[in-house]
Amino acid sequence: MGEEVKEYWRWPEYRHTMPDMDWHDVKIISAGVDIGSVGSKAAIMLDGKLYAYAVMRTGGVSEETALRVTTWALEGTGLKLEDLHYVVGTGYGRVNVPFANRTITEIACHARGAHYIYGPTVRTVLDIGGQDCKAIRCDERGKVVSFLMNDKCAAGTGRGLEVFADLVGVPVEGLGKVSLSIEEEPPPVSNTCVVFAKAEALRLLRQGWPKEKVAAAYHLAMVDRIVDLLNRVGIEKDFVITGGVAKNVGIASRLEKALNIKPLDPKFDPILAGSVGAALFAKVLREKELGLR
Amino acid sequence: MITAGVDVGAKYAKIVLLENGGKILGKAKTTVGFDIGKSVSELFEKLLLDVGLKRDAVNRVVATGMGRDAVHKTTLVNAEIIVPDVVADAKGAYRLIPTVRTVIDVGAEEGRGIRVAENGKVKDFVVNERCAAGAGTFVEAMARALEVSVEDMGPMALKSTKTIPMNAQCTIFAESEVVTLIHSKVAKEDISKAIHDAMAGRIASMALRLGIEKDVVLIGGVALNPGFLPPLEKELNTKIIVPENPDYVGAFGAALIAAGGGE
Repeated sequence: MGEEVKEYWRWPEYRHTMPDMDWHDVKIISAGVDIGSVGSKAAIMLDGKLYAYAVMRTGGVSEETALRVTTWALEGTGLKLEDLHYVVGTGYGRVNVPFANRTITEIACHARGAHYIYGPTVRTVLDIGGQDCKAIRCDERGKVVSFLMNDKCAAGTGRGLEVFADLVGVPVEGLGKVSLSIEEEPPPVSNTCVVFAKAEALRLLRQGWPKEKVAAAYHLAMVDRIVDLLNRVGIEKDFVITGGVAKNVGIASRLEKALNIKPLDPKFDPILAGSVGAALFAKVLREKELGLR
Repeated sequence: MITAGVDVGAKYAKIVLLENGGKILGKAKTTVGFDIGKSVSELFEKLLLDVGLKRDAVNRVVATGMGRDAVHKTTLVNAEIIVPDVVADAKGAYRLIPTVRTVIDVGAEEGRGIRVAENGKVKDFVVNERCAAGAGTFVEAMARALEVSVEDMGPMALKSTKTIPMNAQCTIFAESEVVTLIHSKVAKEDISKAIHDAMAGRIASMALRLGIEKDVVLIGGVALNPGFLPPLEKELNTKIIVPENPDYVGAFGAALIAAGGGE
C-alpha cells in the first residue's frame, strides 16, 4: 500500500541554451511555439539561428502550457516574453497560444524546420508525433509539395509507444533501445490497432516472451504501419524523421532496413522541427512587418 | 441426437447443448483464458456434469468464433466441424427470429454485419476486426477511464439526455478525451452516453456499408449492454430486435448446424 505507481510513459522534459550566442545585437528575435497533443515545444531564434528551446509535456490547459514552455525556453537568457519580436504558434493546439502573432499549420512548419535541422537536401519528412503520423514531401526550399497523415488512429504514433512502455514496464525513452536487444526479430503484433496489439502483447508476455522481444514485435508493427503511409506519399531522398519518435532507435533503425534508405543525422534535436519551422516563419513575417522583404 | 455448439470469442467462450436440433439442454459461458483449449474443455466438462451427460452422449460438436481452431483438436471438446462466425450467427438468429434479414453481431474485439436471405442463408457480410473502436473492448476501456464497472456503463448512459460529440475515433485517443471530459466536470452519465453514441456510430457505418434490411437483430455480448441499443436504433433509423441471451446466438447456431448434418 502507498506504493507509488510508476508511469513509464512519462518522458523527461528539458531545456537548452546555445553557448556562445548573444541576443543583444541581433535584428530579429523570433519564437515558434509548437503545441502538440502530447509534447509542447518552444524554439527561440536569433536572426534565424536556433538560440534556446524547451520541450515539455502538454498539460490539460494548452494556453498555460504555451506560456510555460516559452517562458522556460527563455529562462536564464535574460530575455522576457515581451522581448520576442514575432511569435508563430503551430501544432495541434496552435490556436491556444495567446501571445502568438500568427498561427501556421504544423505541416508547413515541420517541412521548414526539417530543412533547417537536416539541411536543404531533405525531400521527404516523416513526422511521428504523439497522436499522429505525417509523411511530407517538400522541395529544396523546405516548401510542402504534398503530404499524407494519420491522425485518426494511435497505431504508428508516439501514444502507442507510451502505452507499450507502460505495458512492458520500460521507460518510453529507452524502449527503442530495449527492443533492439534481441537476437532475432519476432513476427509483428497487430499493426492496425494499439488496443489489439496490446492484448496480443499481454498474451505473449504470459507465454513467457521476454519484454525485449515483445517490444520488438510492437516496433515492427509500428514500422509496418509507417512504411505503408510513406509508400502512399512516395519517398524521395533525402529522407528524415522528425518529432519525438525520431529519437527512438528501435523505430529509426527498422525503418532504415524496411525502406533501404538511411535517414540523415540531425544537426539539432528533431523533436524541435515544428517549433523551429514556426520560428523561421516568424522571422520572415517580422521582416515583412519591418519592410525588409 | 445431442449436439453441442461451441463459440470461442475473443473474450468469452460459449457452449450450447441441444437435443434433436430444438430443445436447449444447457448453456454455459466462461472467459477465455491463456490456454483456450483448456478453458473451453473445462467449461464443456462442467456443462456436461450439470446436465448429467457424458461426452460420449454428445453426437456432434461444431465450433465457431475467432478461437475456433483452438478447440478443433482438443481432446474433450473435439469439435468435428468448424464454421465461420457469420454462418453460425445467421443460423442461430434465423431460428430464433425467422423474419431476420440483417444480423449485427458485436463481440469483444469484432463487429459483424450479416445479410440473411429469406431461407436463412448468408447473403453478404462485413467484418471489422481491425479496430477496437467498434467492439466491446471500446466500452471496457472507457469504463476503466471513467472508473466505473463496465456493467454500469449502459444504465448510466440511459440516464443522460445530453449529446456530447466525441472527436476521437480511436480507443486510445478516446481514453484521453474521456479524461479531459472528466476534468471539465462533465457528468459521468453524459460521458457514458457520448461513449455509446460514438460506438453506435462506428457499428452503424459498418452496417450501412452492407445495407440494412428489416428485421434487424442485434446479438453478441455487446447486445447485453442496454445503453447501446437506443443510439444504434437512432443511427440506423430502425427498430432493432435483441433476442434473449444474445451472447449465445452464435453457439446456438453452431449446435443447430451440428444437428443438421453440418450444412
